[in-house]
Amino acid sequence: MHDCVLKMTGITKSFQGVRVLDGVDLEASAGEVHAVVGENGAGKSTLMKILAGAHAPDGGSVEIDGRTVVFGHPVQAQRAGVAIMHQELSLLPERTVAENVFLGREPVRRGLVDRAAMESATAELLDSVGEESFGPRDLVRRLPVARRQVVEIAKALSLNARIVVMDEPTAALAEHEAELLHTLVRRLASRGIAILYVSHRLREILDLADRITVLKDGSRVTTADASTMDAPTLVRLMIGRELDSYYPPRAAEPPGPVKLSVRGGGNARLRGIDLDLRAGEIVGLAGLQGSGRTELAKALFGAAPFTSGEMTPCRPCSVREGIAAGIGLVTEDRKAEGLLLNQPVRDNALLVTRATRMRRPGIERLLERVGLGPLRPTQEVRLLSGGNQQKVVLARWVAAAPRVLLLDEPTRGVDVGAKAAIHELTRELARDGTAVLMISSELPELIGMSDRIVVLRDGRIAGALPAGSTEESVMRLAAAS
Amino acid sequence: MTQQLDLRRLPAVGSFLRRLSADRPARAVYVALALLIVVGWLLFALDGGRFLSQENIVGIQQRSAALGIVAVGQTLVILAGSLDLSVAYLISLTTLVAAETMGGADAGVPVAVAAVLAVSATAGLVNGLIVTRLRVHAFIATLGVALVIRGVLDDRYDGPAGSVPESFQHLGYDRVGPLPVSALLWAAVAASAWFLLSRTRLGCRIYAVGGDAEVARLSGVRGERVVVAAHVLCSLCAGIAGLLLASRLGAGAPTVGTDGGYDLESIAAVVIGGTALAGGRGGVAGTVGGVLLLAVLDSIFNQLEVDSFAKDVVRGVVLVAALAIHARRRTA
Ligand SMILES: Nc1ncnc2c1ncn2[C@@H]1O[C@H](COP(=O)(O)OP(=O)(O)OP(=O)(O)O)[C@@H](O)[C@H]1O
Ligand SMILES: [Mg+2]
Repeated sequence: MHDCVLKMTGITKSFQGVRVLDGVDLEASAGEVHAVVGENGAGKSTLMKILAGAHAPDGGSVEIDGRTVVFGHPVQAQRAGVAIMHQELSLLPERTVAENVFLGREPVRRGLVDRAAMESATAELLDSVGEESFGPRDLVRRLPVARRQVVEIAKALSLNARIVVMDEPTAALAEHEAELLHTLVRRLASRGIAILYVSHRLREILDLADRITVLKDGSRVTTADASTMDAPTLVRLMIGRELDSYYPPRAAEPPGPVKLSVRGGGNARLRGIDLDLRAGEIVGLAGLQGSGRTELAKALFGAAPFTSGEMTPCRPCSVREGIAAGIGLVTEDRKAEGLLLNQPVRDNALLVTRATRMRRPGIERLLERVGLGPLRPTQEVRLLSGGNQQKVVLARWVAAAPRVLLLDEPTRGVDVGAKAAIHELTRELARDGTAVLMISSELPELIGMSDRIVVLRDGRIAGALPAGSTEESVMRLAAAS
Repeated sequence: MTQQLDLRRLPAVGSFLRRLSADRPARAVYVALALLIVVGWLLFALDGGRFLSQENIVGIQQRSAALGIVAVGQTLVILAGSLDLSVAYLISLTTLVAAETMGGADAGVPVAVAAVLAVSATAGLVNGLIVTRLRVHAFIATLGVALVIRGVLDDRYDGPAGSVPESFQHLGYDRVGPLPVSALLWAAVAASAWFLLSRTRLGCRIYAVGGDAEVARLSGVRGERVVVAAHVLCSLCAGIAGLLLASRLGAGAPTVGTDGGYDLESIAAVVIGGTALAGGRGGVAGTVGGVLLLAVLDSIFNQLEVDSFAKDVVRGVVLVAALAIHARRRTA
């Protein structure tokens, strides 16, 4: 009934002698949403990059519309009708949105780049995905991470491809934005485009996908109709064991002394912030994109300090002061702000402890704690899978053992198994007396983890909710006008 | 009728102005340039002399034309994430190629121009291929090419050689109204480069490859071709500067390029103009400002008869200060 657009057979790939993909088969039909799932490092992105011509496979074949293709360069994949949104954002910060969308395919008229056409086409694309907060002429550098994702989407759409690959497109998006994307995905599929969709969000996969392929350690475990799958089965196939409850139990005893408190904190983006973080307590910070959650975390840390208000024990004016005061921040944009990509895992994990001459914990135990156990500490971070990079950032702060830990989207792009491990770890740190502030765009996670939820709106605190509040009540507070 | 013309022109002019004013580093250079001119003017006014007489301006334009042309080429390679240290020796070589091919005869001029362009394009091609194919860092690759050219020069010449016919010397000394022909040539080269960067695909891709080579690759840009093209264009600019200098000197000179310090000076002018040494950010407008800034500084020194040590110190300070200011403005 369906025509098979894509057929990948027996794909193998090794990096420096380590086998990453081992005889993987993958098919997609016109109009199908085909989800690809698996743990961090299972080889999903590598498989997608092979399809997009960014890596050459060591073995196996790729057929598009029944014809065998060999891509030596991404441009050939584009011409064959493959568009890809890479997991790590691939945009040029110094160029405009339009220039990024049409990079490599700038429309020309009489030999010259037709900027007007480029900008109006970009405006249309942005329109079609419901984006209003920026325009084609804005510099990408000025957009927040989640908005950059939209630029990637527009770029993939502009190719008019027959096969669209999305590698964790919703990782940086909030719930309602993810829903916009889902609508878009369905619309593309109804136009007869084959979509390969990589994600760690099981709910959206079960919602969206027609078929699901599970990868584990570089091999295909199964491909099955989504209708025959449910979340527990999927988890078992992915990580090879059952995962009973997602969220660790909350602390039994009431929170301890206040470790950090702000009164009337303000700067260019924030106003009148009153906030107490207590030992043993996990405070969830909710809010829409642009409500100032990241700005608040940065202000507490000293990276973008408060310019007014009181803060105890001290108001850090720089990151150094923040760290000295025992505050740690796991940033949301790991590539730009979090990691030294060309350095080994070990140096990245020990960066803070080293810079501040703190005592160094055993590196193996540290990596074990954040779920990076099987990794060589000398591996360059650049070569790690996306989710594992995230764990390295976390390891750094676990090593530093701060008194106050700020987590900005700590589980972005992390697989379900590791996510549970990070939740467990966070709870354990809180139990040991750390005050934790956690930002997450995934409301179920935020609600499941937090002892108290503080909601931001337009740079102000809109209110606080107790543990176990519903998603609706959080959203109502976040969006009220 | 006129209305129709206006309508068609307005968007183009608007987009030009918009892009120029969006180019903040370039704006900063022009502000600095204006300040420097005011300072110079005050210095001389207090002294009772005159700064920026017409002769003075012509002098500045003439002196900066050759450097300006090289710096425009340098801007292209630096934007593409590369660098060219071979321009100084290439300039010397091309003055010799020009003067020897002409041999004092008018008939030789077209052949000589073609020969110079061919020689410089070849040098650029070699630079580009070493950088992209052999993956040698541009610093070393172009230094190597520079040494090879020096070897040729040292081996074959001990002093000026060849001669340039009178007709060709117009290029170096004539004026159109108040403007020297050489300055017009510089303006033309700069305008072409500006046009290339803002209105052609190659221009877009130069920014892309310099900004992030991997991102460019994943977007379907063939980065190697872009870098090679930038190197060829840069060397062509050096060749044009060589022609200009040959016409001024009346002969080819094996040390004219290195005496003028065109390699490091052109890079200095580019970074003073706000182009990032790592590539991907900046433009020709800033470079032109950077060249003018250096030239005005020189002419103030000359008029004040400052000794050459103090001159070098101040130029060094200006360079470092410019970089520091651009860095500050970026993070602010
Ligand atoms: N260029 C490379 N050189 C060496 N190893 C690499 C390279 N790219 C990926 N790897 C390794 O290949 C394995 C698979 O990585 P890949 O990025 O495909 O995982 P993934 O399934 O996409 O994981 P995630 O869910 O975390 O994104 C990882 O162990 C990674 O370290
Ligand atoms: Mg991945």
